[in-house]
Amino acid sequence: MKPAISVRGLERKFGKFVAVRDVSFEVRAGEIFGYLGANGAGKSTTIRMLCGLLAATAGEAEVAGVDVLRHPADARRAIGYMSQRFSLYLDLTVHENLAFFGGAYGLFGAAFRARRDEVASELGLGALGAEITGSLPGGLRQRLALACAILHMPRVVFLDEPTAGVDPEARRTFWRIIRRLARGGSTIFVTTHYMDEAEYCDRVGLMVDGRLAALDTPTGLKRTFAPGRMFEVRGARAKEVAAALPSATVEPFGAALHVRPNDAQVGADELARVLDARGVAQSGVTETDVTLEDVFLRVVGGAGAS
Amino acid sequence: MTSVAIEATALQRRFGDRAAVDGLSLRVEAGEIYGLIGPDGAGKTTTLRILAGLLDAQGSVRLLGRDPFDARSGSREVLGYMPQQYSLYGDLSVAENLAFFREMYGLSRDTFRARRDRLLALTRLAAFRDRRVQTLSGGMYKKLALACALLHEPKVLLLDEPTTGVDPVSRRELWDLLHEFLAEGMAIVIATPYMDEAARCHRAGMLHGGALLVEGAPNELLVAFRHPVFAVRGDRDALEELLARDDEVLAYTPAGARLRIVVREGHERGVLARLEAAGARAEPTTASFEDVFLARMREERSAA
Repeated sequence: MKPAISVRGLERKFGKFVAVRDVSFEVRAGEIFGYLGANGAGKSTTIRMLCGLLAATAGEAEVAGVDVLRHPADARRAIGYMSQRFSLYLDLTVHENLAFFGGAYGLFGAAFRARRDEVASELGLGALGAEITGSLPGGLRQRLALACAILHMPRVVFLDEPTAGVDPEARRTFWRIIRRLARGGSTIFVTTHYMDEAEYCDRVGLMVDGRLAALDTPTGLKRTFAPGRMFEVRGARAKEVAAALPSATVEPFGAALHVRPNDAQVGADELARVLDARGVAQSGVTETDVTLEDVFLRVVGGAGAS
Repeated sequence: MTSVAIEATALQRRFGDRAAVDGLSLRVEAGEIYGLIGPDGAGKTTTLRILAGLLDAQGSVRLLGRDPFDARSGSREVLGYMPQQYSLYGDLSVAENLAFFREMYGLSRDTFRARRDRLLALTRLAAFRDRRVQTLSGGMYKKLALACALLHEPKVLLLDEPTTGVDPVSRRELWDLLHEFLAEGMAIVIATPYMDEAARCHRAGMLHGGALLVEGAPNELLVAFRHPVFAVRGDRDALEELLARDDEVLAYTPAGARLRIVVREGHERGVLARLEAAGARAEPTTASFEDVFLARMREERSAA
């Protein structure tokens, strides 16, 4: 089967500044593809090119079977796009917002109403049709923005930081919907700064300074960039632990530390003993899972982070 | 020796017939960082705006003993406030934006230069001082906004979601920066949707319906949390569908490739049996701050 998104040598310059540099990848139909990177690494610029909103300075891109760089208008009809600051009309009702976006995609009358009710119930907005959009909490507004983006049944959906500033529970609900869409055959291309969300992606690309620095499944990325065992050390100072374990990686994680010794044979008890022996105070060491945040800090942390 | 830097007593603010802040009291000491967490619409931003003296309310606020609603109290000089949407001048450079705030605060040239250079170094923006602000990335923009709010060296800093939309590396840098100022005795209140950040605060308060549900040191809140937590491995999609329907599961969170679940106290056996029947393996694990938050919100909803 043809990939849903196919990108070769994509580049975008702004003056002398190269925002996206020689990026190539493919996304399968039905895949959830996560696109991660530091602020300013080129994620939104890539999305805007793939959505036909910004011209490329070099390269090729095909989205949902359309050459998006030559026929951007055709591509826009085949895709859905939800941007960082989703643009809903806050003084209109939920139904009026849906009608506005439906009209923009040529959906009217009975066909529109049937599709509207289908999407609204899928996204848990069924009872809210008459509500003024501005009165809804952020999590529901965000779901309405998604509903507007998928009304015309696009095969590929681009989500640019869809959950920024949304509370943890609403983020959870949103991702349940995303995965249901993907199981239904939609291809999802998503950027996020929440690494727990990235765990739900089938594959993840990591952008550093406009380049695609890594691309793999979450499991593969962890194996490559954070091999071995990970420990959570509580009640200790990062600087002291790093000084006591010069070959280990040490990162603050919430109130605790994530410590990954160079030697994969070391267990939690032994690590605690080593820290004690070297005079580092701590209140607990337990083995924990490597997360994509560990990978992100490793790949992005060293180079070009702003 | 500790001293109270922020003291808010019985704050009350209504919007129409809705209580946005409902009898909230808060004390933050010098050198302390206090995290405000809660779902959308819980009253976090409203609380910060009242503390900053920007939104009138019943009750009283004192910032180092000064009343922010009294223009002559001198509270402006001790207060730094960074709202969610921070407006810098996009067509001015980084250094020019800082210079603009110098005028506002009436700093002498030497004081301004010394502080500007220190803040540019701390935020690692020194190399970008001549860059126009509209070309900065989201993380750099937030750091510059923070530098502008810090230029007059406030003793009290109010931050409304300063790290939303900021990547994990920049997020850590912002926190390192906050710790530098805490060490100098600043008092900080920060609203955040990130539970790992709440866990890094000295104390955190969970807002719901404009009132504090719980408040305390994150570690103490974790110790007091009575619901058992398990790490579950299995087909995640199938498991989540199952867990979302299970009334005895208060919360679930992806943790690496596994799911962490919070089970209502006393219902472990039933839940574990259902998981096992679905082919999943579960083992006990320690609660995280996000578990506490999600479980508490779920309990609050079912009590309503």
